[in-house]
Amino acid sequence: MKKNLRKDLILISELINSNEKVLDIGCGDGNLLGNLMKTKRVDCRGIELSQTGVNECVKKGLSVIQGDANFDLKDYPDRSFTTAILSQTIQAMIYPDNVIENLIRIAERAIISFPNFAYWKIRRDFFFSGLMPKNVALPFEWYDTPNIHLCSIKDFTNFCEKKGIKINESLYLNEEGEKLSDFMKNSRAYQAIFCVSKK
Amino acid sequence: MKLKFETQKITYKDSFKLSSGREIQSCEVAFQTYGQLNKEKSNGILICHALTGDQFCSGINPLTKKKGWWDILIGPGKIIDTNIFFVVCSNVLGGCMGSTGPSTVDPKTGKQYGLNFPVITISDMVKLQVKLINSLGIKKLFAVIGGSMGGMQTLEWASRFEKKVNAVIPIASSYRHSAQNIAFHEIGRQAIMADTNWKSGNYYGSKQKPKRGLAVARMIAHITYLSESALQRKFGRNLQNSKNFSFNFITDFQIESYLKHQGSSFVERFDSNSYLYITKAMDYFDLSFRKGGLTNAFKNNDLSFCFFSFTSDWLFPTSETKTIIKSLNTSNAKVSFVEVKSDKGHDAFLLDEPEFHEILGGFIEGQIIKQGI
Repeated sequence: MKKNLRKDLILISELINSNEKVLDIGCGDGNLLGNLMKTKRVDCRGIELSQTGVNECVKKGLSVIQGDANFDLKDYPDRSFTTAILSQTIQAMIYPDNVIENLIRIAERAIISFPNFAYWKIRRDFFFSGLMPKNVALPFEWYDTPNIHLCSIKDFTNFCEKKGIKINESLYLNEEGEKLSDFMKNSRAYQAIFCVSKK
Repeated sequence: MKLKFETQKITYKDSFKLSSGREIQSCEVAFQTYGQLNKEKSNGILICHALTGDQFCSGINPLTKKKGWWDILIGPGKIIDTNIFFVVCSNVLGGCMGSTGPSTVDPKTGKQYGLNFPVITISDMVKLQVKLINSLGIKKLFAVIGGSMGGMQTLEWASRFEKKVNAVIPIASSYRHSAQNIAFHEIGRQAIMADTNWKSGNYYGSKQKPKRGLAVARMIAHITYLSESALQRKFGRNLQNSKNFSFNFITDFQIESYLKHQGSSFVERFDSNSYLYITKAMDYFDLSFRKGGLTNAFKNNDLSFCFFSFTSDWLFPTSETKTIIKSLNTSNAKVSFVEVKSDKGHDAFLLDEPEFHEILGGFIEGQIIKQGI
């Protein structure tokens, strides 16, 4: 089962304990939730924007509603979940700050993963080509990208400090999805996973 | 009541108390079952019909000789597979297909109730369904499924009888009837009551029935079941018989002919007084009006829900379903919700909508694994 999961999702699932109550925002076709339900007996819920994604989830027996994280998170009461997951989605949010604050309100902690825009190859490509950077995680053209709020690891940690958000755990990954040390993480990491909560 | 067709029936001799405080003596429920109840009695599915539906949801309807209203979904090997499930569908209280309603003979007077029939609610309809399910020996249903008014009934089950069901599937429905919906119903009722053959509901003995009024009510209602784009696609401004306008008031347009057909075929199978009573029951329905509001209606609820709405349904728009989901977020319920893209309007839930059927099938499969049948 785990073989089918994206590497960053495997690392996220390792952060989840058995019998947790989890909300996955932008759960796509439900691979992560399905895995958590089967392997950790997690009580899962999901929000997904695309109809095809929701269809896949419901077919898998998952409880997923079609909705938009930009607007629908406010409807959840405080502390309804133990963990809220936002994987590779924060950069596509209209109001990322609002979304993150909602996540740590409705769940005891939030796991947020995103592509690091300060990755050295992105810097290099942009420096030499002068074109908006593209890679596997960011495959779109500048005019059709849903990723409107890209950030670096440093941006994110600065944001957390400014907003008084506690970072409990952080993982930095290379392009292969392997864990890196903290050394020069803002240049070396291809993507990052943060586990944050209210202070 | 003498019926022109065969159906299963149970009569409850004890008095049946209604939301209004009035009582019905020896209340009857007419129903159909499809498939076999398993040993554990865990494979029962209750299907709740809409305003003008009946208990013949699958196979051939013996009155109209046409396919049952949800035959596309229910039957051997279909999405609601009667090889696996024991499907129960009952005619609602107030109906005219065998369950007690205004056309039933009042045991006190020996005459049909007419307007002496007490006004009923969705809650009363569901209470009669609960009695039926108990009589069939089912302690907990696998699922309750219904569209439109049937969806209201599924929500009533979820709110009042949450221990008697595992999964609830409300389709193209709402927790209340909106002002616009009530308005359309009132026009329908006024059309019936304006028909001189209606005679304050005492038409059962006479040859002349208030068919004109009921047909108009159906024509109005039918427009609300469709969408502007579906009407345009199907009929446009096409003329019925000739290439030119008739310059009189016979049927010019295809849409006129279609609506007239809808009206005239409906009156052959439906009772005008039943139409008055059932529309009123829908108008009265509002789960949010109860103590504690909508949130309280689903408190401590750990059911599995699967909601469906359709993009072009303006009678029960997606926003209504979303309001219920907001309330359910505060309970422990497991909620799935899909808005299906369709231009067929409210009626989409009855029609061939592959996307809807596929997701419904997926949800049911998930429930089969979860409930272990």
